Amino acid sequence: MSAARKILLLGGIALALWGMSYGLWYAVFAEHQALEEIGSSLAAGFGGAAARNSALAERALQQYQQAKYVYDRQVDVHGHWIGLAMVLIVLGIGLDRLTFSERIKAILSMSALVGSVLFPLGVLLQTVDHGNGPRALAVLGSALVIAALAAFTVGFARKPAV
Amino acid sequence: MDQSETFAPLGARRLLVLGGIGLILIGMIFGDIFAVFLLHQNAARVGASLSSAAHAALAGDGAAVLANFQDVGGFLENRGTKVDTHVHMIAFGYLALMLALLAPWITLSADTKKWLAWVFLCGSGLLPTCVFLIHYVGLAYSPLKAIGWASILADLGGLLVIVAVLWYLVGLGKCFFAPERSAPGNDLPGDRSPSGRLLLAGGVFLVLLGFLHGGYYAAVDLHRHEALDYSILLEISKGAAAQSAAAVERGLAEYGQLQGDKAVKIAAHAHIIEFGLLSMLLAFFQPYVNLHETWKRRWAFVLLFGSVLLPVCVLLELKYGSLAGGLADVGGLLVIVALLAMWIGVLRYPGQLDAGGAA
Repeated sequence: MSAARKILLLGGIALALWGMSYGLWYAVFAEHQALEEIGSSLAAGFGGAAARNSALAERALQQYQQAKYVYDRQVDVHGHWIGLAMVLIVLGIGLDRLTFSERIKAILSMSALVGSVLFPLGVLLQTVDHGNGPRALAVLGSALVIAALAAFTVGFARKPAV
Repeated sequence: MDQSETFAPLGARRLLVLGGIGLILIGMIFGDIFAVFLLHQNAARVGASLSSAAHAALAGDGAAVLANFQDVGGFLENRGTKVDTHVHMIAFGYLALMLALLAPWITLSADTKKWLAWVFLCGSGLLPTCVFLIHYVGLAYSPLKAIGWASILADLGGLLVIVAVLWYLVGLGKCFFAPERSAPGNDLPGDRSPSGRLLLAGGVFLVLLGFLHGGYYAAVDLHRHEALDYSILLEISKGAAAQSAAAVERGLAEYGQLQGDKAVKIAAHAHIIEFGLLSMLLAFFQPYVNLHETWKRRWAFVLLFGSVLLPVCVLLELKYGSLAGGLADVGGLLVIVALLAMWIGVLRYPGQLDAGGAA
């Protein structure tokens, strides 16, 4: 098996298992608490308005905003890790059809794998650090994936030399 | 090559291909029915309950606020189970196609692979069907206090899928980590027919487009949407606290617009990537689609055209309303028809490639 195919197949399977394990942990230990916090803070916000207490309503809605910010990212990370893993595995299976040299295939495969790990990781880190570091990591990861996918598109579309 | 290792009738690989495409077809048809007859009505009920909660706050009725939020929870559960049915059926279909592709690398006996294919397909049908029934069956005749029969059987379906996939992974590991092994006879990945090339390159391009759109959404819309979500809800609650019906109504209208804008952008992003992945998977099975090459190219083109039309029209739905919505449904229908044609082609496949391999 070529190095590029090993990177894509084994990397893809490992990333899928990692994404599923993260999802399992999240569903068991974090999701219900997050949904409870979102629902209760939203209800408390409107309840505060009903009690004509604007300060209470604003505090509750800020809590809702923070809980939803974290929840959206945690769920997105789970979906993106597994989705990208599936793309990596399928690309790995079809690697024979790519009209590039083995070296370029290996570079593209590594770029796709590293990007697929870093992009959701950067999104996840945004839940603990609101600075530019995690955003830069997510942008770098997605740029690596986009560049690799663009090259794969060209390689698959080219007519093979007969 | 042993025909059971390739594409024997009712062999593991053909079962997984036919079952996988079948699951995707049913999942997509269900998604279309859900989108036309249930999605908008359900969204309207959620919006109405949120509006009632805001009006209850305006009237100073805290108990009614809570009651309305409980209604929202019920509507969201109904919607959630429908979406889960659609998503899981299609995802299991993708997984079946991937397992079919990997079949020659899975070091298990042909009988075991076939038996596992049946287990996988039974679980893949059981889980989404029972998830769909959760909302209707509830806790009727259940031996448990919080979990109904539909949930229990859905979990059983999930367990069957997990057992089959883990078993297949063990077979894959045997192949990868065996000290000496002959190269498996896998005739699909190397095929370079025009229809296969069109689907593979087109599929990767669709995934790329979806990624670019996702990047644009994250850079331009995501933070704006999150800030608006908070500020509009704050405007509604402040309006209710100040007993300003006009502010509440304005806020509710803005909130509806915001939710619509978010929904269409996320749906377009998800659908174009899913269709891209589907196209890539189908590319590998073109040698087993028993249709003339010209027709295979036509169906590949129809599938790709529908895969672009649906997400583009979903994006335009907010601006052009039901016209764009109708065109999006046409896009979905084109994908379904192309998929059905390929499924029939696979069903008709008599086994020339296998015979060639054996020779």
